[in-house]
Amino acid sequence: MSAPNSEIVGTRMRDLTPGAWLGRAFGVLILIVFALFFVVPLLWLLIAPTKTDRQLLLEAPFALGDIGTLLSNWQSLMTFQGGLIWTWIGNSVFYCVAALVITLCISIPAGYALAMTEFRGRKLLLVVTLIVMLIPSTALVLPIFLELSAVRLIGNPLSAILPFSFYPFGVYLTYIYFSTAVSRDLLSAARLDGASEWQVFMKIAMPLSTPVIALVGFFSFTGNWNNYFLPYVTLPGRKAPIQVGLAELLSNVPAFNPTNAASTTITLSALALATLLAIAPVLLVFLFAQRYLVSGMTAGGTKE
Amino acid sequence: MSTIDNSAATAAVALERPKKGMSVERAQGRIGVLFATPYTLFLIAFGILPALYAIYLAFTKKGAFVGFDNFLKVFKDYRFWPAVEHVGIFIIVWLVLLVVLVVTLAILVHSIGLRWFSGTMRFVYYIPGALAGASSVMLWLFVLDPTVSPVSWLLQALGIESFVGAVDASRLPVVLAVIAFWTGAGGWIVIMYGALNNISKDVIEAARVDGAGPVRIAWSIQIPLMRKWIAYMVIMSFAGGTQLFVEPRVLAQASRGVVGQDYSLNQLAFLYAFKQNDFNGSAAISLVLLAVAVALSIYFVFKGGLFERA
Repeated sequence: MSAPNSEIVGTRMRDLTPGAWLGRAFGVLILIVFALFFVVPLLWLLIAPTKTDRQLLLEAPFALGDIGTLLSNWQSLMTFQGGLIWTWIGNSVFYCVAALVITLCISIPAGYALAMTEFRGRKLLLVVTLIVMLIPSTALVLPIFLELSAVRLIGNPLSAILPFSFYPFGVYLTYIYFSTAVSRDLLSAARLDGASEWQVFMKIAMPLSTPVIALVGFFSFTGNWNNYFLPYVTLPGRKAPIQVGLAELLSNVPAFNPTNAASTTITLSALALATLLAIAPVLLVFLFAQRYLVSGMTAGGTKE
Repeated sequence: MSTIDNSAATAAVALERPKKGMSVERAQGRIGVLFATPYTLFLIAFGILPALYAIYLAFTKKGAFVGFDNFLKVFKDYRFWPAVEHVGIFIIVWLVLLVVLVVTLAILVHSIGLRWFSGTMRFVYYIPGALAGASSVMLWLFVLDPTVSPVSWLLQALGIESFVGAVDASRLPVVLAVIAFWTGAGGWIVIMYGALNNISKDVIEAARVDGAGPVRIAWSIQIPLMRKWIAYMVIMSFAGGTQLFVEPRVLAQASRGVVGQDYSLNQLAFLYAFKQNDFNGSAAISLVLLAVAVALSIYFVFKGGLFERA
């Protein structure tokens, strides 16, 4: 708390009193300590797959292994139950992409309708959307599971895809976007020129909505990719996505389960590699789309 | 909730009115309903119906109404109150960590003049957000195991000799809170940073002219003006915290039973459904959790001041 404020930006370091200088240095120190806290586990994860289990146990944690070890870890992970890991990753891609397409097809028009049109029940729909959006998605997992098992959909890919596609936050983001960034006058002008409502949406609103489509897409994809609880209860076994599969792998790691009698085992390094593979797509999206994500998170509630 | 009925009603009303050609409003209303309908169907199917079905299950047994019997049964379950306690302690530790550290770090990052440094810090804090669910816990299994951990010296300094020691009952709430903080804090820091940017520079400058130091400015101006966002963070995190599931589940699997399969409420609800085949009991627990989440959410939508536009 003892760091100087943003307006000291202009002041040069040598103009600071010793006390202020110390405060500032202490502030920077805290920031760096926390930066290490956030980044060290990730760095370790990048290095671990290049080592053997023995090296992991004995060598310095950040000493690099070698390519050969990485390849052999890769081999052992790939051969685990005939490449089951690719089945899991493929499942994840299938569920998340299908859900992404459905989410965009239903959320963008719904957000547009809420922001730019008047219809009975609009206000109610908006309030219910807000309320459901703020409920943690895990709160509805078991009720959704109970519902899906009543209609015998458990084990069917739809049991992940359909709930994944329901994304009230996406509707809210689209609603905020259209009500702040797109002017109603523009749409009215198009109507005066004789455009139908459908044309107004397709020709005027859609081309303007690329940023929000990207935003909703990112959030939907990353959220669904990382979702564990829902597919864990609705899609067991070979139909599981990678997050569930990862936890499954864990039960084949002797280091964590000494009593395990499974014939094929997974080494710690291979488990680290699997973890890295499981997070890779989302990590890449984060690295390249950081600006989008950040602006979207703050847009969630701004009313300026 | 009844938007479908409403749209049907709107259509009916529209038919009754005398035809004066297709007015712009009516055309808009029609496309509005058309566009909102698919989403509304999903909202009903995966937001409202599951909740209603859980209510139905929670108050019945084999289809017969049994009042609060299912709730009484789970409340009397010897595992229920310990789970409430576990989740409660975890939430307290986590919320304290979040509020103190997120606010402090956001103000510190905001105070940095060097753009690249401030930007890099926010980025580094934010990156672990890419890991959620099972993968972040998986990574923390390694971090918490002194034999392979990158920070084994730190674990040993804390008296942790083995992985099982790290997830010992006395440490577990803190461990879970640290994992949750690691994954989620960066996002909140970015949000708080945005809130700090919205504070007028004149106000800060005026305070400085009046002789307020950085700590005083943070305490008397910045934090009060971030109040809404802090409240948002606390309420969202509280609601999320009650749902604790994946962290203790994976830790239970990895710790040879040191962490219980029934550690959190959601795990218990899961056991009811999957091990005891008691969907009614499972629905009762889920409903308690859902009621907490819905209450917090409704409170925040109407009182939080962030969604006035709605």
